[in-house]
Amino acid sequence: MIEKLLAIFMTSGFFYIKWNMLVMWLIGFALIYLAIAKNYEPLLLLPIGFGIILANLPLADLMKPHEGLLWRFYHYGIQWEIIPPLIFLGLGALTDFGPMLARPVLIFLGAGAQAGVYITFFVAYAIGFDLKEAATVGIIGGADGPTTIFLATKLAPHMLGSCAVAAYSYMALVPIIQPPIMKLLTTREERVIRMKKLRKVSTLEKILFPMVSALVIILLVPAAAPLMAMFMIGNLFREAKVVERLNRAAQNELLNIVTIFLGLPVGATMNAETFLQPKVIFIFFLGLLAFMASTATGVLLAKLMNLFNREKINPLLGAAGVSAVPMAARVVHKVGAEADKKNYLLMYAMGPNVAGVIGTVIAAGVFLTILK
Amino acid sequence: MAQEILAPLAGKIFKLQVAVGDQVEEDDEVIIIEAMKMETPVFAPADGTVKEIKVKEGDAVEEDDVLAVIE
Repeated sequence: MIEKLLAIFMTSGFFYIKWNMLVMWLIGFALIYLAIAKNYEPLLLLPIGFGIILANLPLADLMKPHEGLLWRFYHYGIQWEIIPPLIFLGLGALTDFGPMLARPVLIFLGAGAQAGVYITFFVAYAIGFDLKEAATVGIIGGADGPTTIFLATKLAPHMLGSCAVAAYSYMALVPIIQPPIMKLLTTREERVIRMKKLRKVSTLEKILFPMVSALVIILLVPAAAPLMAMFMIGNLFREAKVVERLNRAAQNELLNIVTIFLGLPVGATMNAETFLQPKVIFIFFLGLLAFMASTATGVLLAKLMNLFNREKINPLLGAAGVSAVPMAARVVHKVGAEADKKNYLLMYAMGPNVAGVIGTVIAAGVFLTILK
Repeated sequence: MAQEILAPLAGKIFKLQVAVGDQVEEDDEVIIIEAMKMETPVFAPADGTVKEIKVKEGDAVEEDDVLAVIE
């Protein structure tokens, strides 16, 4: 009888808990707390936090290769590169490219903010990360979760969890990270610049845009094809107006379902052995640097463009090139409204904001092409 | 002299801060519009009395829609 009770105890996981697993539980709980109590990107950080805890439960073997449930989600969803492109399908259906098409020069601001990605890449390489790891850390500055996950899966899977957590955490912190840099790099005069009214974008333009850009970008950077193709078909669903069932499914049911299957396995890759390493602290510092650098390069590019333009662009819009949609656009509006409460920058900021998404995917494609 | 208050951006009417007949001063907050999950205030362009309010809370508006008239 005693042996039987002992046997039950010996087969329970309690016996096998190590201190580093407890640390990971704490991290998981912390992320769940941030998600619930502080509303930090809860759609991702909640499942990620729970996935972390689940992956660090001894004997549960949820991440055991070929057997674990979470391993299967990870392998078939993420390693097979299905989930991130499906997220992009939903994002494309949600995205209105009108504000960007109305003032195409704003595309450059979306591109300018990607310079922060490359700056961080070089800094990461300089301090000791290898090329593939440095690229994965750099892409955090693109402020795009699925792209970060997509690139990490291909270049540095051991850093997938930490880079994803860094990316989503800093996205939530955009209202804190961006304003000081935006104010540092602009004068009050620049911040009150009013933008000319956006022209009306025709339906034809909005229908042609996803098709033309998919063609051009996929031919130019074939490595970006999975993400770009899904993004643009989603956008076409939205703009065609004749497939509303597909459009609605992409924006709602599909996006919500794949979001569940994105967060959980990403968190589950963060087991104690791979995560509790000094390298990971650098990932978080560099991720922050990436966000700050991208904000700065976006704003500075806008200021540079103003030297050549009679019609000035409000340089704050450059910060919206950091493609945390629509958080960065909201931040731009708020900082602009602080300087002049009647300046409504929100819709103008959406231009670089959505352009930045494309910019980040292209940046990831470039990294993949060069480093794979 | 009647002045129209136009929507400065597209969104949803979140809150009406004034009613017909209220006295307003230039730059008073008259309506709050919600766009991209953010509340943005619309301000009175001049002093006057609210003559007409053309929208109600929850309405979707486009940029430049007439929201209210002040005299």
